[in-house]
Amino acid sequence: MAARHLEPDTPELRARWGNFAWNAENAEKAKEVLARYPVGRQRSAVMPLLDLAQRQVGAETNTQGWLPIPVMEYVAAYLDMPIIRVVEVASFYTMYNLVPVGRYHVQVCGTTPCMLRGSDDIMAACKKRGMHKGHTTDDGMWTLTEVECMGNCASAPMVQINDDNYEDLTVESFDKVLDALAKGETPKPGTQLPGRHTVEPVGEPTSLAAMVKENHDYRGEW
Amino acid sequence: MLADKDRIFTNLYGFQPWNLKAAQSRGDWDNTKDILAKGPDAIIEEIKASGLRGRGGAGFPTGMKWSFMPKEPPKDQNGNPKPSFLVINADESEPGSCKDREIIRHDPHKLIEGALVAGFAMRARAAYIYIRGEYIREAETLFAAVREAYDAGLLGKNAAGSGYDFDVFVHRGAGAYICGEETAMIESLEGKKGQPRLKPPFPAGAGLYGCPTTVNNVESIAVAPTIMRRGASWFSSFGRENNKGTKLFQISGHVEKPCVVEESMSIPFRELIEKHCGGIRGGWDNLLAVIPGGSSVPLVPGHMMMDVPMDFDGCKEVGSGLGTAALIVMDKSTDIVRAISRLSHFYMHESCGQCTPCREGTGWMYRVMERLRTGDAEVEEIDMLQQVTKQVEGHTICALGDAAAWPIQGLIKHFRPEIERRITERSASMQEAAE
Repeated sequence: MAARHLEPDTPELRARWGNFAWNAENAEKAKEVLARYPVGRQRSAVMPLLDLAQRQVGAETNTQGWLPIPVMEYVAAYLDMPIIRVVEVASFYTMYNLVPVGRYHVQVCGTTPCMLRGSDDIMAACKKRGMHKGHTTDDGMWTLTEVECMGNCASAPMVQINDDNYEDLTVESFDKVLDALAKGETPKPGTQLPGRHTVEPVGEPTSLAAMVKENHDYRGEW
Repeated sequence: MLADKDRIFTNLYGFQPWNLKAAQSRGDWDNTKDILAKGPDAIIEEIKASGLRGRGGAGFPTGMKWSFMPKEPPKDQNGNPKPSFLVINADESEPGSCKDREIIRHDPHKLIEGALVAGFAMRARAAYIYIRGEYIREAETLFAAVREAYDAGLLGKNAAGSGYDFDVFVHRGAGAYICGEETAMIESLEGKKGQPRLKPPFPAGAGLYGCPTTVNNVESIAVAPTIMRRGASWFSSFGRENNKGTKLFQISGHVEKPCVVEESMSIPFRELIEKHCGGIRGGWDNLLAVIPGGSSVPLVPGHMMMDVPMDFDGCKEVGSGLGTAALIVMDKSTDIVRAISRLSHFYMHESCGQCTPCREGTGWMYRVMERLRTGDAEVEEIDMLQQVTKQVEGHTICALGDAAAWPIQGLIKHFRPEIERRITERSASMQEAAE
């Protein structure tokens, strides 16, 4: 089990987040989310709504976002469920940040398939830039986490930064991604290996060559 | 080698758009109404005859699983009929597995059409696709593809003109491997911690919201429409008896070109690697070991793996399993003890904490594995570790305890001399330092 703790519930925290409510856009989204579940089963929406709340906190603080206790209370009231059930969910799933994070949440995958392809070097590159596992840099830019398998094993090693994946990394290409983010640019997500499209074998296609150029319909050959 | 015309996932690499129009011109949603017109029982019979076994790891026959769903809806305490649900497991989190992601982001309409076909066959009211939280962009694609299907009348009331009403909803997870276990997934969908339920009752009796539910892997559902179009005999013409069909293989680690590729079941390991991955890094003599089915199955030494047919029975014969067909390949530069120890860390991190043998055992096993990695242990502790894995295995509600135990058992079985070497070397060097 992952060791996690909640940010203490202080008067300052209450003062900052006590009045949290959906903004206009998210109020619409929250309704849309509720409609996915049967009547009387609105509790099913707790996960998507915690995500939505975290994103709104992120937008307000210019970070990836996190879940202060008063925000969880707001979600609990919205779904008419006890606060403890919401805290249970928020602390169980690792994508909910229970403490504040930086502008960019650098999540380096360190599980065996990435490890075999050099995730140690990627982790070292993070440390070289002053990041430490489980901490946010003093300038508030970077939070570093080592995460478990992200399901990009055929394009390892990989790092997820906020909503995007950067795959097939080398220390050089990873540094370029971070440099671009630091400058406020949007680096190209996905594989960073020149000549690779997604998860096909690099180089000459070993299958489905016709699909590279056109949307081929194979039914005529059945 | 499988011919391109016989590949189901023709847009696997995303060279072409995923959208409805492009998918339709590749053959998806082509007269789905005709497939449904055959009737639920005929669809289940066809899937049974195709020999399709679940693609999520356990390999349970898919058609049979569908047939467990009630034909007449059970009644709740007020006498109202309960709906049935299809839950599609897109919580792909097994280290090494990365196939469902490609289906979802590049061929989502195969999955959505499959949801309708499978949902209709098991008389379900709706499907929930549970996609892992970290697949953020993939979920965006899936939401958009479902929207397209609704707008085109392929889902919702009178889905695809069939006269059948069917909804598909997408539910995002938030980072918990355990939610890939079917009852944990149901708990999570109900808005709770993803902790597995005791079985029985099985989901087909009482699943999501207490209603009959079937949980299927993405790949199992996404291949169903093509099987219906081309026939069971086409699908079963690939692979050995009991191991039929085509399969997405995911090859990671020390091959020249890691990739995801669709091949026929039972393709020999060496052929798969030669044809699609450009061989082992440093040549075949440099192959140390392979984990053939994702992190939960025991590793197999390289020399035993060469001619193994990549299917359920083939992998079982060498003491492992096909799992999700996620091959983690390790060459001789690998610190094999660390490779497995890192997996032990994974299971420690992902244990849901419900059952004591797993909650306490996974952490204990990881700590001992770390000492074995550096040789800071006694030789007897290898046996003690083996014994503890046996005490975790089979003593928990779900299979995570087993999955944590098997990689270690595989390591001890095949690489015991390497572990002993580290212990002896370290104690010798300590001795020297003392003198």
